[in-house]
Amino acid sequence: MIRHHLILRVITKMLIGPIMLFALYVQFHGDYSPGGGFQAGVIMAVAFIIYGVVFGLATVQQVFPPWLVHKLLALGVLIYAGTGVVSLFLGYGYLDYGAFTPDHPEHGQHWGILVVELGVGVTVTGVMVAIYYAFAARTPAISDEDW
Amino acid sequence: MATESVVHTAMTLHDHLPVLQILVPFIAAPLTVFIGSRALAWPISFASSVVSLVIAWLLLMQVIDGDVISYHIGGWAPPLGIEYRVDAANAFVVFLVAAISVVVLPFAKVSVAYEVPLRDHALFYSAYLLCFSGLMGVAITGDAFNVFVFLEISSLSTYVLIAAGAGKDKRALTAAYDYLIMGTIGATFFVIGIGFLYMGTGTLNMADLAQRIAAQGGNRTIEAGFAFILVGIGLKLAFYPLHLWLPNAYTYAPSAVSAFLAATATKVAVYVLLRFCFTVFGPAFGFEVLTLQYVVLPLAVVAMFASSFVAVFQSDFKRMLAYSSIAQIGYMLLGIAFLTETGVTAAIVHLFNHGITKAALFMAVGAYVLRAGDTFYNDIAGLGRKMPWTSAAVVIGGLSLIGVPGTAGFISKWVLVQAAFEKGWWPVALLIVASSLLAVIYVWRVVEVLYLQPAREDSTATEAPLTMLVPIWVAALACIWFGIDTDTTLGAARTAAAGLLNLPGQ
Repeated sequence: MIRHHLILRVITKMLIGPIMLFALYVQFHGDYSPGGGFQAGVIMAVAFIIYGVVFGLATVQQVFPPWLVHKLLALGVLIYAGTGVVSLFLGYGYLDYGAFTPDHPEHGQHWGILVVELGVGVTVTGVMVAIYYAFAARTPAISDEDW
Repeated sequence: MATESVVHTAMTLHDHLPVLQILVPFIAAPLTVFIGSRALAWPISFASSVVSLVIAWLLLMQVIDGDVISYHIGGWAPPLGIEYRVDAANAFVVFLVAAISVVVLPFAKVSVAYEVPLRDHALFYSAYLLCFSGLMGVAITGDAFNVFVFLEISSLSTYVLIAAGAGKDKRALTAAYDYLIMGTIGATFFVIGIGFLYMGTGTLNMADLAQRIAAQGGNRTIEAGFAFILVGIGLKLAFYPLHLWLPNAYTYAPSAVSAFLAATATKVAVYVLLRFCFTVFGPAFGFEVLTLQYVVLPLAVVAMFASSFVAVFQSDFKRMLAYSSIAQIGYMLLGIAFLTETGVTAAIVHLFNHGITKAALFMAVGAYVLRAGDTFYNDIAGLGRKMPWTSAAVVIGGLSLIGVPGTAGFISKWVLVQAAFEKGWWPVALLIVASSLLAVIYVWRVVEVLYLQPAREDSTATEAPLTMLVPIWVAALACIWFGIDTDTTLGAARTAAAGLLNLPGQ
């Protein structure tokens, strides 16, 4: 089998690691520098999408199967809402992060926003990859019986 | 600053009821996807709906005497933070939405299994829960921008729910797409309007907005904001010339979805209009009074006649009900346009009564679809004898739609006519009665088809299963119950109307 685009494939393999690292940096450094869950989620998804573009849909779906994508995008929302539920059970208002360190609410807010942003990141990664899968995995043309 | 002790009194579960109202179905939605089980999707949806209904009842009982509950999300006090503000008006709407969901879901189990492909069930119920929590969120929040966010949550999931009808009829896809375009334009107009208000006042909290608008009076920015909000919400509630998405959406959506949406979605939009017209702007805002009297009132009357007239000539029961919905929304807008306490009471009580009536009728449609394939008049002909219980419920729902004494529909029309006489607008009162006569015609056509025409030779229809009949009859009996015992609905509607009209002055 002749394999085309040697340079593209090599460069992609080299880039995927740094892209994921950068996504994690944007994710967890979001409270000190521009960034946060949304941006990090998009960057993380880009790592999978570029792998899919260069190596094909089947390959990327072996790494990141569609069922896992669906679970992840629901999991992110659960992390976000769950944070609020935890604060609610600690006797504070919904999403009142002060609940996590009652002695020092500012610290609690720091922890709270970190967890919530993680939820956003997970969901955005899932949604972006799911959209890519939906577009890339074209269904066959509609047959006459379908109309 | 290592350890400073901050005094905090722990909140109890009871204090959290306003947020739990939204949270229970909202968390259940991703949970359904996460578990991914088709078998568990329905039980989770039903359980969370029941919990929501209990919470809605507890909230309604707390505020029915005119109290207001304020809940601060994230512990940030309004006007800066998002506030959930429960008063009689929105507790009533939230209760309606939750009650309809609890009635429709048992019906949906069989109906959805028949109309929606099995592999989509987990996602279908997840979208349903998102729509459900979004609709309640729109009603419960006291923050103008938060209304937009919840409106989008409910609308986006509604597009998916309507498109789920594609398993049976591919036209559901174009219907959902039409609604997507129209709904997005509506949401855009709404958010532009909110933007104008923010520009003019510098706040997004409704109570705060009301104070500042009352203080500075009307100016161009705020008037433009009002106009954009009116058109945006008008698209959502199928306000007469903006209603074109509704007939197709209701016709091609799965029957359970039609029943749920017809009874709740447009009603919640009517509530948003009420909230903006009376809490945020208030009758003191001259521009609003003029708009309501010279734009909304005539169009509401046109809606009552034009849509009823179109409904008369339909050949599909489901489509006829969709057009009748547009006409009924005309009555609610008419009540709002009166700008009196009785008028607003009529709008709110009709919102509830029409909700249960349409829920009963659209669920009956679902039963016919299950047994006869679809609801064209020549397919359901003669089913009055083959499906006696379903058809009897259709007759009760139809009577309520006309407004025959002894049914819920009569109460709301009676209050509406009363409001018209209070203002001395007797021609409007005559028009209300005259348009009800059109309802007699379109309801009679269905009754005639069901009972007086012979059944098709090849018809194999039998009575609908009990899981469908019970919800249909719960809604049908509710039509009669609330037509005789009017204390609960009319009382709650009066408190709500009084609260809405007095709030700016308090």
